[in-house]
Amino acid sequence: MTRIFRLALAVLGLLACAAQAQSKFPGVGRPATPAEIAAWDIDVRPDFKGLPPGSGSVAKGQEVWEAKCASCHGTFGESNEVFQPIVGGTTAEDIRTGRVKSLATGGEARTTLMKLSTISTLWDYVNRAMPWNAPKSLTTEEVYAVVAYILNLGDIVPGDFVLSDRNIADVQKRLPNRNGTSRRHGLWDVKGQPDVKNVACMSNCATDVKMASALPEYARDSHGDLTVQQRRIGAAAAPPAPQSPQLALAQGKTCTACHGIDKRALGPAFHEVAAKYRGQAGIEARLVEKVKQGGSGSWGAVPMPPQDVSDAEARSLVQWILAGSP
Amino acid sequence: MSKTELPGRIRKAPEGFLDPAQIAKVQSGRRDFLRNAFLAAGAVAAGTAAAQPPKAAGFQGESEILDLPEHSKGLGQPVAARGYGAPSQFESNLQRRESPGLTRVSAASVSFTPLQGLFGIITPNGLHFERHHQGWWDVDPSRHRLMVMGLVKQPKVYTMDDLMRLPSVSRMHFIECGANTGMEWGNVAVPTVQYTHGMLSCCEYTGVPLAALLDDCGFDRAAARYVLAEGADGSGMTRTISIDRVLDDVLVAWAMNGEMLRPENGYPLRLVAPGLQGVSWVKWLRRVEVGDQPWGTKDETLHYVDLMPDGVARQYSSIQECKSVITSPSGGQTLLDKGFHNVTGLAWSGRGRIKRVDVSFDGGRNWRTARLEKPDEPKCLRRFNIGWVWDGGPAILQSRAIDDTGYVQPKINQLRAVRGSRSIYHNNAIQSWKVAEGGEVSNVQAY
Ligand code: HEC
Ligand code: HEC
Repeated sequence: MTRIFRLALAVLGLLACAAQAQSKFPGVGRPATPAEIAAWDIDVRPDFKGLPPGSGSVAKGQEVWEAKCASCHGTFGESNEVFQPIVGGTTAEDIRTGRVKSLATGGEARTTLMKLSTISTLWDYVNRAMPWNAPKSLTTEEVYAVVAYILNLGDIVPGDFVLSDRNIADVQKRLPNRNGTSRRHGLWDVKGQPDVKNVACMSNCATDVKMASALPEYARDSHGDLTVQQRRIGAAAAPPAPQSPQLALAQGKTCTACHGIDKRALGPAFHEVAAKYRGQAGIEARLVEKVKQGGSGSWGAVPMPPQDVSDAEARSLVQWILAGSP
Repeated sequence: MSKTELPGRIRKAPEGFLDPAQIAKVQSGRRDFLRNAFLAAGAVAAGTAAAQPPKAAGFQGESEILDLPEHSKGLGQPVAARGYGAPSQFESNLQRRESPGLTRVSAASVSFTPLQGLFGIITPNGLHFERHHQGWWDVDPSRHRLMVMGLVKQPKVYTMDDLMRLPSVSRMHFIECGANTGMEWGNVAVPTVQYTHGMLSCCEYTGVPLAALLDDCGFDRAAARYVLAEGADGSGMTRTISIDRVLDDVLVAWAMNGEMLRPENGYPLRLVAPGLQGVSWVKWLRRVEVGDQPWGTKDETLHYVDLMPDGVARQYSSIQECKSVITSPSGGQTLLDKGFHNVTGLAWSGRGRIKRVDVSFDGGRNWRTARLEKPDEPKCLRRFNIGWVWDGGPAILQSRAIDDTGYVQPKINQLRAVRGSRSIYHNNAIQSWKVAEGGEVSNVQAY
């Protein structure tokens, strides 16, 4: 609770009356009760305003992690399945300097711990949003504990550590990227200074036009059949397609973003699927399940995400695919 | 009429569908070829495919004119056959789509607006781009509440009924995700304008200025420097907004384009933060806290920060700088005819109004100023058009917008010189579309 807020509480009735009386909009809205504010005011700032008192150990955090987090983020926070890895890429030297070196030199891989500059951010986010499919279900102790565990996976705190509201400021001083951010730029203030200055040259501009990059051949089909992503008029005067209802369904459900009828995209071409499983017993039921649950392994390591289709839709689509997508 | 006098047609299909030989056939007058191509794709309704190309000997006229269609000879459908209207069945190609491989799970993902097929500046509500971090919900408006608290004299709770009693305003603004065009910092990565620029939409929003609510709660004008906006969804999306922005033009809105917000866009209440990146436009808005320090939330510490070449991340980089893109002709389309084409696109700036848009057809050597359509609103899309006679040769099309601060949209190499290529966010570079000799339009980077 803020100091201001406690003050407000003490004279709640009085102020409420005053506010109502002064309001330009009498009768609109009502005072928030202390219990309501406490229920929703869960944010934790970098100066730890809003952090509830409490503590949690690395050991307890490991239990929480393995029960509630590892399925998505991997046992060591290393998984790339549902999101970028949480742990990895930081060194003892980074902890000393407060700047993660590989952010300057490294490639694409950037883990949470590499980027994290304020420990409050991790606490607040896990508390408000994780586990992803059951947000706001952790107790305060569980949040402290699982945050401690993540820090331990990154060698920022030892295995016997107990993170608490009393020592969290010390942990902040060990965050590998604590000195890694800046607010010196012109993109906060609407009147801020842009950092790139182009000039509006109109003719014979001194450009020796250089073609620096084009879409590589292999990526041409990465976004599925582009013909069905454009309006049909304004060009070829062909009447539009009264297409098969299953094709329309496959487009509506964006299956075609990853599958061409006869072209491989992120997933196999539907014709390939039909050819591979022709005549196999029980294949329809297996594929219906696969479409609903997602998964990988039949065509490679790239997984198909679970598809948002009803049983009936999945069955209709799979029957159509197995029939050669007529 | 000779062929070159016909208005230029753009075939809205990728090269992969017609090979160069086929395109040549079409261009040499074999228009029936296209019909056959669509026939092959199961595209032609029986009975309508037999039209002769106008040039054929003995041409009497088109079947479309000579043989009256059903809709001229029968009774159409009654009123209210569809209580909530829907687009024509012939428009089903224009859909929001995900970019395969961009994200790993579709409840923390993005779908892109098909800019290639839209007109004017308003995005139809069903085609507004989506970005969710923890899935979307259809929230019961009678149970939704907005709480305003923090550095205020009187923390208050408002129902939707309360908010909709207040003096409302309606304003047109663009919303652009900070990561729009983010896939292209390094190289060309995606084929069409839907994927390069489709995290962009524009609506007329109706709501109440957030400043009016802060006033209603008696906020501490001396101490207040920031506002935290928080969503009611699982992610509890939280974003720090500067009090200057709030007192200027930030709205708490319930309507877009004349109807209530769509669930995917935060029904029944969202923040409208003109000029700021889309993530700040918190959906399912449940709480606004007035404070004196920024909050450093997950999406302003780990993401939506600009990674600079020296490894430092710029935090709180919210403004969407001046930018433009040609939406047609654009990647994935093919110019079928030489001759006149209308080149059209969109321009916008998070700092104010669009003053001018120039278009180049030779990769940036020479420029001509395009025609700007009305309206001229701040922090709103502006449609531009310019005529072009294509001589059938290769060309590189670019557009360059200038806003009312005098800022000129930069080239990608200028941006990279300062920010490197790993930032992900705030890529407002000039877009180049290459027109190949055959008419195929594709995404390239040229400067
Ligand atoms: C059902 C899958 C799932 C489970 C279970 C889950 N997460 Fe997550 N987590 C995600 C996804 C997806 C995201 C990315 C959300 C987004 O895009 O905003 C994420 C993001 C995160 C992040 C932020 C990473 C970053 O760099 O932005 C942290 C930290 C995190 N999770 C911790 C946890 C913890 C701790 C638990 C267990 C208490 C947990 N997660 C359980 C799916 C999951
Ligand atoms: C985001 C991309 C993506 C989307 C969208 C998608 N798929 Fe897939 N699909 C894949 C990938 C990748 C595979 C290969 C998986 C594997 O190797 O096991 C696949 C495999 C399949 C298979 C073959 C499964 C097997 O075990 O051989 C079928 C059938 C299928 N998808 C149907 C669908 C249908 C129907 C839809 C729409 C409801 C759909 N897919 C949407 C990516 C996708």
